[in-house]
Amino acid sequence: MATILLLGIFALAPPTAVRAFDTPDDGGSQITVDWQLSKDDAILDGYELYRSENETDFEKIGFMIGRGRNNIVDEQTQDGKKYYYKVAAVKDTVKSYSDLSAPAKSSPQWINRRKINIIVTLIFLGGIILYFIYQARKGKEFFIRKIAGLQAIDEAVGRATEMGRPILYCPGIGYIEDIATIASLNIIGEVAKKCARYNTKFINPHFDPIVYTVAREIVKESYSAVGRPDAFDPDSVYYVTDSQFAYAAAVDGIMVREKPATNFLIGWFRAESLILAETGASTGAIQIAGTDQVSQLPFFVTACDFTLIGEEIYAASAYISKNPMLLGGIKGEDSAKFIIIALLIVASLFGLLSKFPILNLFD
Amino acid sequence: MKRTLPLILVLICGVLGIIPFLIPHPIVQTTDGFFRDIVLRIIGAFALVLGLGSLLRVHYDKIKRRQNNWEYSWVLIITFIVVSIIGLFGGTQGTGPLPTRIGTFAFDIQSLYLNIEVPLGSTMFALLAFLMASAAYRAFRARSTEASLLLVAAFFVMIGILPLGDRISHQLPSFAQWIMDVPNVAGQRGIQFGVVLGMLTTALKIILGIERSWLGGGE
Repeated sequence: MATILLLGIFALAPPTAVRAFDTPDDGGSQITVDWQLSKDDAILDGYELYRSENETDFEKIGFMIGRGRNNIVDEQTQDGKKYYYKVAAVKDTVKSYSDLSAPAKSSPQWINRRKINIIVTLIFLGGIILYFIYQARKGKEFFIRKIAGLQAIDEAVGRATEMGRPILYCPGIGYIEDIATIASLNIIGEVAKKCARYNTKFINPHFDPIVYTVAREIVKESYSAVGRPDAFDPDSVYYVTDSQFAYAAAVDGIMVREKPATNFLIGWFRAESLILAETGASTGAIQIAGTDQVSQLPFFVTACDFTLIGEEIYAASAYISKNPMLLGGIKGEDSAKFIIIALLIVASLFGLLSKFPILNLFD
Repeated sequence: MKRTLPLILVLICGVLGIIPFLIPHPIVQTTDGFFRDIVLRIIGAFALVLGLGSLLRVHYDKIKRRQNNWEYSWVLIITFIVVSIIGLFGGTQGTGPLPTRIGTFAFDIQSLYLNIEVPLGSTMFALLAFLMASAAYRAFRARSTEASLLLVAAFFVMIGILPLGDRISHQLPSFAQWIMDVPNVAGQRGIQFGVVLGMLTTALKIILGIERSWLGGGE
């Protein structure tokens, strides 16, 4: 009550220095407005934004802006049209208006400058990777550490062949745009080739129809590549459903009925990972799993014999095929990782040193 | 040509996919949206027809050859036909020409989804509780140093988040939280760095045609 009485006597201090400008790095239709807070900011309800096309007829834009905030983006402008803005400090029914801003026009930009740092980093890291690929092309040999899960593939296929049982390859519930799914598709060809050579039955149920069509062609080509096109069974690669748990139930059913000797669970997984891995473990199959989903890795590590952790699924196709150029890519990736680790250590040391006031180095 | 054309297409699509990340201009964003929303959806529709064809063929063959549990394939085929008819002629919410309601009993697609698929999905999801217990039993058997460390860490985390933990010591909940926030997050971030670099490498190798495993034949 006392505040309202005071407000009646003393007007609110208005916001000052209102600026309107085209929002940078956007696709147009946006103007950013900022201002200096009212001196009475602490007691305000908030601020209101007003817009005009002719300096006289103003309309209120959007909802009330909370106190303490000094900018907002008007997302409903027409590119190329002039707009004037003013901001009102509001307390109950009392409003105090700022001066008009200079006119502003919105326009779309051709380059998002805020992403240039990401592009530069990508070019730098990509350059390192390409350098090692180039070295590999020139004939340089690289040492790649052993990955147990990938070394076990031959043994797993051999075991299935000896036992006369099939191999199940489950690429998860990812879509074709997920890189983990693409990595899984890179591996599927190599596994299919081994199955074709040993004449081992290959089962490959799918969650996404596009991934299914791509996988079918890959498996078919793999059988042809090892000279066994006749051995390819078109029904071995098939679509099941795009419902997460229905897919899990279907794959579980395959595991229980067909009793595969080896289960490959490589790709993009979510909550169904443990359902699949535990069912597979209960059937006594050798299980080789891999995903880049950190939240699902513990389930695979627990329930599977071998797990490809994170980036190992991206290295798998190179590791299995032994293609020197692909191995060069892995070496490049490792070098990039080394640089990032070094940068992190240096940054951590700087951060640590800045905590010692006596050094006063980084103030 | 059989291999060159896909490689050229991948190169073009890969580069076109990067450009909208850097250029916010509506011309570029609209074109990108057209490819992602329209073209990909059309491809998806064709792929879905192929996929459903494969599913029906597999189950038809199973019935024809009287393979194990072939009777269940009839369930799939009949359900597929019935639900397709309801969906095509009854509409998703019973607004089509085909009546999808007898008294209070509705069997339009939305009702079938909410009353059959959702509970069945929840049932599968609920299995996780039991599977987690059996997986935890295997993981916590202290057969190696790593497994023992896991067991000790899990013990502190589990007891720390229980009210009992706070009764034992006021420090236990914060210690459990520290395990989750520091060593756990550090490990996860390490994996994430590798994953991102792996993604970059894979994308580069595929766009530049170095990785050709997806073509099936290798070289």
